[in-house]
Amino acid sequence: MKGRGVLTGVHFMHGDHACAEGAIAAGCRFFAGYPITPSTEIAERIAQRFPEVGGVFIQMEDEIASIVAVIGASAAGVRAMTATSGPGFSLMMESVGLAVMMEIPCVIVDVQRGSPSTGLPTLPGQGDVMQARWGSHGDYEIAAYAPWSPQEMFDLTILAFNVADRFRIPVMVMADEVVGHMVERVVIPPEDQIPRWERKRPRYPAGNGFKPFLVEDEDLVPPIVHAGEGYRVHFTGLTHDERGYPDMSAEAHHRLVTRLVEKVRRNASQMIRYDTYALDDAKIAVISYGCTARSARRAVADARRMGIPAGLLRLISLWPFPVDVVRELARQVDVFIVAEMNLGQMICEVERHVCQPVKGVFHAGGAMIPPDPILQAIREVAFHGTRVGGGKASAG
Amino acid sequence: MAHALVAEKHPLDDLIRRDRMPHIWCPGCGIGIVMRCYAQAILESGIPVERHVVVSGIGCTARVPGYMNLDSYHATHGRPVPFAIGLKLAKPELMVTVFSGDGDLAAIGGNHLIHAARRNVDIKIICINNFNYGMTGGQVGPTTPLGAKTTTTPYGNPEHPFNLPYLMAAAGAVFVSRWTALHVRQIKEDILYSFRKPGFTFVEVLAPCPVGFGRPNDIEDGVEEMRIYRRRSRLVYRVPDEMPWEALEVDLREERPIYVGRFVDREREVFQPVRLRS
Repeated sequence: MKGRGVLTGVHFMHGDHACAEGAIAAGCRFFAGYPITPSTEIAERIAQRFPEVGGVFIQMEDEIASIVAVIGASAAGVRAMTATSGPGFSLMMESVGLAVMMEIPCVIVDVQRGSPSTGLPTLPGQGDVMQARWGSHGDYEIAAYAPWSPQEMFDLTILAFNVADRFRIPVMVMADEVVGHMVERVVIPPEDQIPRWERKRPRYPAGNGFKPFLVEDEDLVPPIVHAGEGYRVHFTGLTHDERGYPDMSAEAHHRLVTRLVEKVRRNASQMIRYDTYALDDAKIAVISYGCTARSARRAVADARRMGIPAGLLRLISLWPFPVDVVRELARQVDVFIVAEMNLGQMICEVERHVCQPVKGVFHAGGAMIPPDPILQAIREVAFHGTRVGGGKASAG
Repeated sequence: MAHALVAEKHPLDDLIRRDRMPHIWCPGCGIGIVMRCYAQAILESGIPVERHVVVSGIGCTARVPGYMNLDSYHATHGRPVPFAIGLKLAKPELMVTVFSGDGDLAAIGGNHLIHAARRNVDIKIICINNFNYGMTGGQVGPTTPLGAKTTTTPYGNPEHPFNLPYLMAAAGAVFVSRWTALHVRQIKEDILYSFRKPGFTFVEVLAPCPVGFGRPNDIEDGVEEMRIYRRRSRLVYRVPDEMPWEALEVDLREERPIYVGRFVDREREVFQPVRLRS
């Protein structure tokens, strides 16, 4: 069934299905998952489609097994993904650290719902964005993207695979129930226009003295060796040296963890994605992401019609956070507004990079934040100056 | 005058990461013996070394992959089975062996173990059962006998242990055997047999942990535990015809037989991902 891999054309497509199609178009050929609302349709679509393209779908006994099987498959050289929601995302966290430490690429989709705990399984939330960044133990950096449409469910899933492979890191697609269950126009390009960043492969033959974690490039990414290639390499979650051998010294630990973190920081510009709307002459910057950014865009458009100089910075990459963009914006605007479907998570990241007042428009989740409370926040700062200290509005 | 004969090269040299010696295991530990059996089985398997992959979780036994000169993966605690499933399904030509301990496989990883057996995924399990958590200093584990002393059961274990062969047979493994660290030829033979047997196979090896389990339970040292194995091992061919499954429960402290042998050898359809013929 060659040619069924990329469904080139214009579709009216469900967000979760667009994510699955993005994975297939990206060449993902291993999926392990566990049913959980509102991400289940990704697994269902993959289960339907993988047999057509020679992919391996397996429904595991839990989300822990799912992420670990994904890492195992990726270690064998296959692009691999899992998809889940908050409770499953929490279960996966320990082995996110394993993927970081072994430097095995993988993609994790979290279609966020109202949380904590079982929360609101069928309704949206954006409460996992800090967990995406800090959920596993220890110091590490990953990349995470927040799609705001079914189109971006497709596009960002492809980007997630490319970033994961290029930099040997886990990459998260931080969707939400609204975007996951939304049906909208999705344009799938021809197969030869799907961007593909390859894994770096070893430059030396297998044999004595081969060092699988030797870094020779400025990007700090060592070439990856796959199982069964004759290199006979050891991968461990323990602190290890360039040979992959455990090394229990403080020096080795500092060297390794610093490189793993620096690897992402140094290459952040290749991972960062954002979008702007009416921001050029703005004095009020609204920052938002995912489904909430759709309301924020409307609020900014309404404000502009009222003559208020508002603009939108839409975060596409939550992590790495676009620090330089926000700092540059801080030279231009008088005030920031952060709109997100949680009680204040990404706002902390904005606050630590700017000196201006930062006003929050929050909701704990369960329904999209409508444009009105965001517009109201814009009007408040427009008409009452920048005296917003401590006045974090609630969208509820 | 006689000179010592020094062998320049051992047939298993190529399979061991000699630059990682000395290993971390205690004197009298049984893990190294079983690792050698695994290496010998690889050598005799006829399967190219680069196709053998070994996976473990965390614990003393889980250090084996680090010493084997193979593609080796030392994964998260309890998770070697799903890691192995990922490797095997992504690259079916690999011979994927999980080499880990009873705590890693049957406690924290117990759910993965039974589900992999149920699916009959084509992976090979070698489980060292030393009746305790050795690496953390001798705590009670899922196979610690009722009443046995460990650092977290100082007054005796109030829990019943898992009978691993019974569990694996019930869950669907196509091959289940048990030996002790004394039975080196049988261990090697059964690992070799596992390589040739498609599906989920489980070889349990009872092994001394003189420091963690032996000392608090009045087993003097590793040699004493090997004597117990020699004295009390009884071969069983047919379970449950010859012996009920319950009789396979082990308690080294009681003067009763330790049943060893091949308990299960059957055919079940091996897990295959769904593929459509074009």
